[in-house]
Amino acid sequence: MAAETASRGAALAAEGRLPAERVALVDLLDRLLAGGVVITGDIVLSIADIDLVRVSLRALLMSVRESQPLDTGVRHEPSRL
Amino acid sequence: MAETGTYLYAVSGESGRPEPAVLDALTGVAGTPVRAVAHGGLVAYVSTVPLEEFGEEPLRRSLEDLDWVGATARAHHHVVETVAATAATAPVRLVTVYSGEDKIREMLDRRHDDLVAVLSRVAGRREWGVKAYTPRVAEPAAAGAAGRDEGEAGRGASGGGRGAPSGEPGAREGGGASGGAASGVRAEDGASGRGGVGPGTAYLQRRKNSLRDRDSAWRISAERAEQLHAALAAVAVDSRRHRPQDPQLSGRDDLMLLNGAYLVDDDRREEFAATLEALSEPGIVIELTGPWAPYSFAAPDAPAHERGDRDGG
Repeated sequence: MAAETASRGAALAAEGRLPAERVALVDLLDRLLAGGVVITGDIVLSIADIDLVRVSLRALLMSVRESQPLDTGVRHEPSRL
Repeated sequence: MAETGTYLYAVSGESGRPEPAVLDALTGVAGTPVRAVAHGGLVAYVSTVPLEEFGEEPLRRSLEDLDWVGATARAHHHVVETVAATAATAPVRLVTVYSGEDKIREMLDRRHDDLVAVLSRVAGRREWGVKAYTPRVAEPAAAGAAGRDEGEAGRGASGGGRGAPSGEPGAREGGGASGGAASGVRAEDGASGRGGVGPGTAYLQRRKNSLRDRDSAWRISAERAEQLHAALAAVAVDSRRHRPQDPQLSGRDDLMLLNGAYLVDDDRREEFAATLEALSEPGIVIELTGPWAPYSFAAPDAPAHERGDRDGG
């Protein structure tokens, strides 16, 4: 059993490698909008500075950003859309 | 000449930085070439971008455009991946634009210690993503907390669920007279002489039970997600939970139990994958993504300072 598990695990790890163009955008945005080094000061701008007043990206950011309370792993809050 | 800014993708140490030929072959955001700016033992990867596109006003508009965001995110990611393939890398958040290269150097000075701490923490490690889903229960309130509020307690609340016009009939019709819903209740109609349970009460009771069942199913799923996360986090150096993905973005209607990111030593990745495999169980769909550059472990809210101190001292 252990051997099988290990080999399947290895296969899983191997297949996890995806070319950049096949990475799901939503997974990427999780990381690029809620992760990464945030630098302030002396910059022209960053997403953090933009007052996202409108529509789709605002919803997108709200859905990705951690500034919203993360109280459980289980809920979606589509009402914001 | 049009005004330009300097777009920053990532910072690495000198060690393992990509060969110039590799950078020459790279295309960054908006089709721009990518170059390295080395300063004080750190290397910043940047592009010169037109402020016509990356200035504040144009960005306000562009950021509303998911196609633009997607293309920019992928280009940014491609540069980060290329650097991270050979060097410990601190990815920078999407769309960080400086007025010029001198400002990048100032930043490398100012943030030097932070960046070094991040780089030492992520060296020899990769980020893995683990998403866990369970099929959504076909009841309208199952998806959201809205339906779970105690205050709901009634028939009128069937709309509380997640945009589900296909509401469950039992909840809609109320009053206990619903045709196909749980049988046995209608028999009580007009026969409440026992002083017992009237139809309305029976309905409420049934409704309560159904909510309780759903609540416990929900709780069990949440517990599974906690267990999965804890087991994976135990193999990882660090872990973080992203918010559950919006179904509109992910295109998946399943209930997302876990959207985790794990910073894993390269020599423990097999162990990590095996742990994941061992935790698979019916009713939960698990997806592994990665390896990623350590996006989720470069943010300031990651405990970089504590860890840097502890590791370094």
